Amino acid sequence: MASTEELKRISVQVRRDIIRMVTAAKSGHPGGSMSSADILTALYYNVMEHNPSTWTRDGKGQDVFILSAGHLSPAYYSVLARCGYFPVSELGTFRKLGTRLQGHPSVVRGLPGITQASGSLGQGLSAAEGVALGKKLDNDGHLVYVLVGDGECEEGQIWEAAMFAPHHGIDNLIAITDWNGQQIDGHVDKIAGLGDLRSKWEAFGWSVVEGNGHDFDDILRAFAEARSMTGKGKPVMMLMKTVMGDGVDFMAGTNKWHGKAPDQEQCDKALSQLEETLGDY
Amino acid sequence: MKHYTNTGNKDTRSGFGAGLYEAGQKDGRIVALAADLASSVKMDAFFNEHPDRFFQCGIAEANMIGVAAGLAITGKVPFVGSFAEFVTGRVYDQIRQEVAYGRTNVKIAASHSGITLGEDGATHQTMEDIALMKALPGMVVINPCDYNQTRLATLAAARYDGPVYLRFGRPAVPNFTPVDYDFQIGKAIVLNEGTDAVVFATGHLVWEALQAAEFLDREGVSLEVVDIATVKPLDEEAVVASAVKTGAVVCAEEHNAAGGLGESVAYALAKGCPVPVEFVNGGDRFGQSGTPAGLMQEYGLDAAHIADAVRRAMARKR
Repeated sequence: MASTEELKRISVQVRRDIIRMVTAAKSGHPGGSMSSADILTALYYNVMEHNPSTWTRDGKGQDVFILSAGHLSPAYYSVLARCGYFPVSELGTFRKLGTRLQGHPSVVRGLPGITQASGSLGQGLSAAEGVALGKKLDNDGHLVYVLVGDGECEEGQIWEAAMFAPHHGIDNLIAITDWNGQQIDGHVDKIAGLGDLRSKWEAFGWSVVEGNGHDFDDILRAFAEARSMTGKGKPVMMLMKTVMGDGVDFMAGTNKWHGKAPDQEQCDKALSQLEETLGDY
Repeated sequence: MKHYTNTGNKDTRSGFGAGLYEAGQKDGRIVALAADLASSVKMDAFFNEHPDRFFQCGIAEANMIGVAAGLAITGKVPFVGSFAEFVTGRVYDQIRQEVAYGRTNVKIAASHSGITLGEDGATHQTMEDIALMKALPGMVVINPCDYNQTRLATLAAARYDGPVYLRFGRPAVPNFTPVDYDFQIGKAIVLNEGTDAVVFATGHLVWEALQAAEFLDREGVSLEVVDIATVKPLDEEAVVASAVKTGAVVCAEEHNAAGGLGESVAYALAKGCPVPVEFVNGGDRFGQSGTPAGLMQEYGLDAAHIADAVRRAMARKR
């Protein structure tokens, strides 16, 4: 268990990793990676029951995480590496030919910690429900976590999965929405407004927890609440308010950096706002 | 020389149902998922025996593919069943990411494939599914020819570790392959030995090819008929061997020209034994309502059309 102060230091380093990886690759998705960085840090360091040294893709005997919003891979890879799933130095290979750190998560090259491929949006929630059903069949009491983007919830399959899980009593599943309000083409509300997300998920039969995805005390409170709601016949959705590009002043709160890499000057400017806390890769 | 005996009509989808039931009895890892067509796809026996291992997904095929992939990640062996169009075209991207690229051990059981779905018409009749599934890296595509073979192919798919597309149909058709033999994925089966020409057929067209062989035998033509139960990986060695032996080839399938068995065979022969090849397939068009037999005739997929194609191929021999 890390203290909230330690979690903050880790997530600042994760943000540095994101900026450096995306700048070096000259491509990638820094905006959503930075909005989800605190949630993923808290999840992997303080919430999930997992062990990088005994991890296997089938997730037996551990909690499982699936990143449905695959474009958040820089944040995901950084957190996995910092937790010990693979060498931190490998972050420098992101998006390069032959890398295990594909642009979007892949299981083909055997990167430890990756449970399922993602990138084409709207599919990870269904896969997470399948893993959760598998755990029930195996009487494995561990939980399944999945992260979706709010823009991703425009995909129809999300709502197929929303119907399926409560119907089948999947109550060992905690889904998290990185609710940053932005997508490539603009504000989510202006593209295809999601309306009242809380009411929607509740109407589909989910327990809902809301929280601030950049306040570690609140993130840990929300996770604790979500975990307490598992095992009661219903899946849990955490709606976590975040800011796209959070952590760097000129990247925060805009869709401009959804899928665009900074140039070297912008990178240096961003890194000057992010302290090197754990040592760069 | 004949290596088959017609024992009466049975639908291939019931062969799947029997195979799924047996696989489920043998292997506790087998689970099944349906999208509201469990009875049509003949999953009832499995469901009745193993309700805890059966997941009704409702009319939501995309989610069904994802849930199946998740179950496979935990070590289960999921069979997802629906009409062929709804577990291919409708969910191509889900199969691509969650199953093929995601390397999950999911079996896609596609019933009511091809034109012989019949009266429901073109929206439900896929003649493009083999093309879609064949295009996916690593996907095995099996299109068995009768009840017995569909049952054995289902059992083989259950034993095989990796994604499988298993294609079968709606109507009752002759059941003529043995009840029990060592069905091997990727192995072509010579059902009728001949020397003048060869038909490589798959699915319902295998029986039509055997009928064509009987007509042609009366004309003094010795036709070899090879059952290509596994379209991918294609048994290229067997294909080339029969082409070398006969020097004239016909490919017959209940599927459109683009991306079907014919293209796979032609590709293999272009590399291994370029000989005249004729094609019996649905061409480049959609289906329509009608009886299965009426449609097979209308679309040129019956024994008479195969016999004509054989004559054309033989006429082109050097």
